[in-house]
Amino acid sequence: MVDFIRTRDQQAFSLARFAMENNVDRTEIKKLSTLARIEISDATIDEVTNSITDILSLVDQLQAVDTTGVEPMAHPLDAVQRLRTDIVSESNQRESFQTIAPMTEDGLYLVPKVID
Amino acid sequence: MHAKTIAELSHDLQSKKVSSLELTQYFLDRINRLDSRYNSFITVTEDQALAQAKLADAQIQQGNSSPLCGIPIAHKDIFCTDGVRTSCGSKMLDNFIPPYNATIVDNYLQAGTVTLGKLNMDEFAMGSSNETSFYGAVKNPWDINCVPGGSSGGSAAAVAAHLTPAATATDTGGSIRQPASLCGLTGLKPTYGRVSRWGMIAFASSLDQAGTITKTAEDSAIMLNAMASFDSKDSTSIDQAVPDYRADLNNSLAGMKIGIPKEYFSEGLNPETEARVESAIKEYEKMGCVIKEISLPHTHLAVPAYYVIAPAECSANLSRFDGVRYGYRCSDPKDLDDLYRRSRGEAFGEEVKRRILIGAYALSAGYYDAYYRKAQQVRRLIKQDFVTAFNDVDVIMGPTATSPAFEFGSKSNDPVAMYLEDIYTIATNLAGLPALSIPCGMVNNKPVGLQIIGNFFAESKLLNAAHQFQQATDHHSMAAPDID
Amino acid sequence: MQWETVIGLEVHVQLATQSKIFSGASTTFGAAPNTQACAIDLAMPGTLPVPNEQAFRYAIMFGLAIDADICQRSVFERKNYFYPDLPKGYQTTQLDKPIVGPGLVEIQLADGRTKSIRIHHAHLEEDAGKSLHEDFHGHSGIDLNRAGTPLIEIVSEPDMSSSEEAVAFAKKLHSIVMSLGICDGKMSQGSMRFDVNISIRPKGSDVLGTRTETKNLNSFKFMEDAIHLEVERQIEALEDGEIIKQETRLYNGDTKVSRSMRSKEEANDYRYFPCPDLLPVVIDDNYIEEIRQALPELPDARQQRFITTYKLSDYDAGIISSDAATATYFESAVNTCNDAKLSANWVIGDISSRINSEDLTIKDCPISPENLGLLINRIKDNTISNKIAKKVFDTMWTDAKDADSIIAQQGLKQMSDTSELEKIVDDVIAANSAMVADWLSSDDSKRKKKMGGFMGPIMKATKGQANPGMVNQILSKKLNALL
Repeated sequence: MVDFIRTRDQQAFSLARFAMENNVDRTEIKKLSTLARIEISDATIDEVTNSITDILSLVDQLQAVDTTGVEPMAHPLDAVQRLRTDIVSESNQRESFQTIAPMTEDGLYLVPKVID
Repeated sequence: MHAKTIAELSHDLQSKKVSSLELTQYFLDRINRLDSRYNSFITVTEDQALAQAKLADAQIQQGNSSPLCGIPIAHKDIFCTDGVRTSCGSKMLDNFIPPYNATIVDNYLQAGTVTLGKLNMDEFAMGSSNETSFYGAVKNPWDINCVPGGSSGGSAAAVAAHLTPAATATDTGGSIRQPASLCGLTGLKPTYGRVSRWGMIAFASSLDQAGTITKTAEDSAIMLNAMASFDSKDSTSIDQAVPDYRADLNNSLAGMKIGIPKEYFSEGLNPETEARVESAIKEYEKMGCVIKEISLPHTHLAVPAYYVIAPAECSANLSRFDGVRYGYRCSDPKDLDDLYRRSRGEAFGEEVKRRILIGAYALSAGYYDAYYRKAQQVRRLIKQDFVTAFNDVDVIMGPTATSPAFEFGSKSNDPVAMYLEDIYTIATNLAGLPALSIPCGMVNNKPVGLQIIGNFFAESKLLNAAHQFQQATDHHSMAAPDID
Repeated sequence: MQWETVIGLEVHVQLATQSKIFSGASTTFGAAPNTQACAIDLAMPGTLPVPNEQAFRYAIMFGLAIDADICQRSVFERKNYFYPDLPKGYQTTQLDKPIVGPGLVEIQLADGRTKSIRIHHAHLEEDAGKSLHEDFHGHSGIDLNRAGTPLIEIVSEPDMSSSEEAVAFAKKLHSIVMSLGICDGKMSQGSMRFDVNISIRPKGSDVLGTRTETKNLNSFKFMEDAIHLEVERQIEALEDGEIIKQETRLYNGDTKVSRSMRSKEEANDYRYFPCPDLLPVVIDDNYIEEIRQALPELPDARQQRFITTYKLSDYDAGIISSDAATATYFESAVNTCNDAKLSANWVIGDISSRINSEDLTIKDCPISPENLGLLINRIKDNTISNKIAKKVFDTMWTDAKDADSIIAQQGLKQMSDTSELEKIVDDVIAANSAMVADWLSSDDSKRKKKMGGFMGPIMKATKGQANPGMVNQILSKKLNALL
């Protein structure tokens, strides 16, 4: 009998959502939707706000951890970047790329007028 | 014939018992006949498959004895395929036909495989139930009222329904192992960097890893032999020789040290699932393995850390979908901003939008340190747990998922409940470790998976452990009902 | 009130690599739209970046040239914003760990002062594409050929206090990157672009005023004009009791008008984070040392060498050494003629003005430095006078012939035959008795000047080819003999 399987770690999985004070509000969601350029309709904004608040409470468990002196980890492997030799290896494929483009003219991609 | 493994089919092809053309036609017929039930394929590439099969037959005639030559497979629709629509399960890419192949697609073509088509998935691989696909949910062949798991739900369902002998898949937080577990299959997520990410549409770049879903561990080894490569086009690809993953399959497991993390057997785990996993571990004990309790103390932080890091990376990775160069573009945009907001608002599904917004939040001014930086620090603590554990044990075992397949709609309105579905699988993505899931029994006529986690680049050891289990038991040869 | 100006610069320098910073597409200027934008540059799904080694080498060369620390573990970050010329929706750049750390650049001003400008850092990043605003039925056209061209962005401290200093600094950077050969320096093609941060404050104050940023200036002249305009605008505003708004401005060099940039009005939150597709770039000491050893001579060192070796003035040495090509030209000329002073005069004078007026670079100069050296030799050996030399120079410029054949063909050789010259002088004295009488009756102090009057007719008689020194001698001897 592998009895350790019976050793339940009650504390390790306190999956209950942390009820932290970190509620995002509609204004904040609007701001995020502008930053991310994603239209959120008025009809769904409350639902989006609630679900994001929910997720953030899950994520807020991180705040309880002492990470003093811990180096942030951006990559799973401690590898370093390889560099490429400076050679032109690509040829013109404009036609093939632009057959799948929504709107082009004279080889240019077209977008509604850009105002600097 | 559809119940056969790649190893068996390969034998039949080499001994000319069957041709690749016959085999391919056979699976195409099954797809046409049965897939309306499962919705596992987004695109079936019949003409191309038949042409490739003829080519493979010619190669076999000329003595090509590669075990994959002439074997039909299917790709998750996240891998770019030259000239074939690659949708990533999204309305955004419904019209996207890439003019290039993913490296792994090329690798399989090189090995002589036949591509049956492109498999359904959660939109941009974001989901654990395959309910977020623009092309509709995929049904679990074991119980069509239940989800197949996700995000590689199409890959798992297609293999479980014997519509393809094997499938490619990707795993960012459990997206290979959890559907493999829910569909009674062998799902392998290799070490981060072992398989090229070139041409695989990115969800979270530092977590995404391609792998396979097959019937057996032996088939996984055969598939990984072709899939794994060093790729100079992927900066995170590791320049390390690819061993023959079949070489160690038959090694004895006597003396192998297996770590059982106590944190993987806690509240939230279905007791019957736990019982199946427990008996699987006892099976290993019988094979001479040494079982050892270990602790991975930061396990409970894996899901929270993941839901900062993955959304942060995805929020940037998905910015390229802007309606300018390819993909969906809203009609009659009134200005540039409208083009962006509506194209993205109309073409991304709810879950994708939610994750992009969370990512933008976690990276925005004032929150970066509290969320993103903190999550990256916790990520190191989680990796360190594994590094410490592997000082004492060869592999780590536990459940893949908390329970067998659940019903449609039961979690789809509660993102947090859905996220916790990946509670046992996510930590390995954060750490970059290889892991696999193999079937280890049934609960209520639905499969349960055993997860085996290995040290960096220890895929051979994982496959060895899985293969030996499959030699001693027959959980892996159980077939879903009504697939004939 | 007396105001003082505070200026800081951000300089974008396109690196002269063959291929882009993260892809193998060509960086050649002027190709048809989007023919040099590969799948990576277009941010096609599933594509991944791999950095160009040469871009790092060039950035490190710049760092060593300004005595800066080289970051041994630099990291690329994603700077997130939406713009149609930015295909990925983020720019891959460096933030916390730029490749080049703090450094110093010394500038020289017209009044002879020198001043040190501190460089905060320089980082590697990718250039964006171009939005073409010509009207395509109410649309803008996007050309992504430039997207992914490697840049270093050099960020100065706000150490400049006038347009003169800012321009001197900009020119110095131009001279450094040209000398290093890491940038083609073609300002009109956007190879070097300047963003100027300007604020003003009451003279003597040590509090910085609110600054504005005028973006994308691509000539020294525009930069100078834009600074004058902006300083004036800010002074006027403050004196009218208005406050300066922190904003990004665009300057139009043709209309000489600047305006606030609308697209930058909305405060942006760039959400920088380390790019997960790229790993830390580790640069070791050996690599840095190897680059240091191969570093070409820099403008400051060259100026010093020209002062000591060629005994040039600070000013002349400064001008000639600022650009590697000019310096090389000068030294080749000196090699031929062995006369640094005359070579410097010609290079700074006729050569430079001709090049500028014809919008050429020294590399396109139709007169080779060897031919210039030969021309100088003919001046030195009295074959031709300075005046004739200018004529020969003009012909060399247009006909691409060497000095000797032009002198021979056009018979421009200086007349130095004593007996021949004596005869001509005699003839001129004989034909101008009134001038002779005038000379004889003048007092000593005026005679020297009046002797010059005979030069005209003598030169006319010799078609300007008489050796002026000899003529002077003979004339003086002959006139004095009449006393």
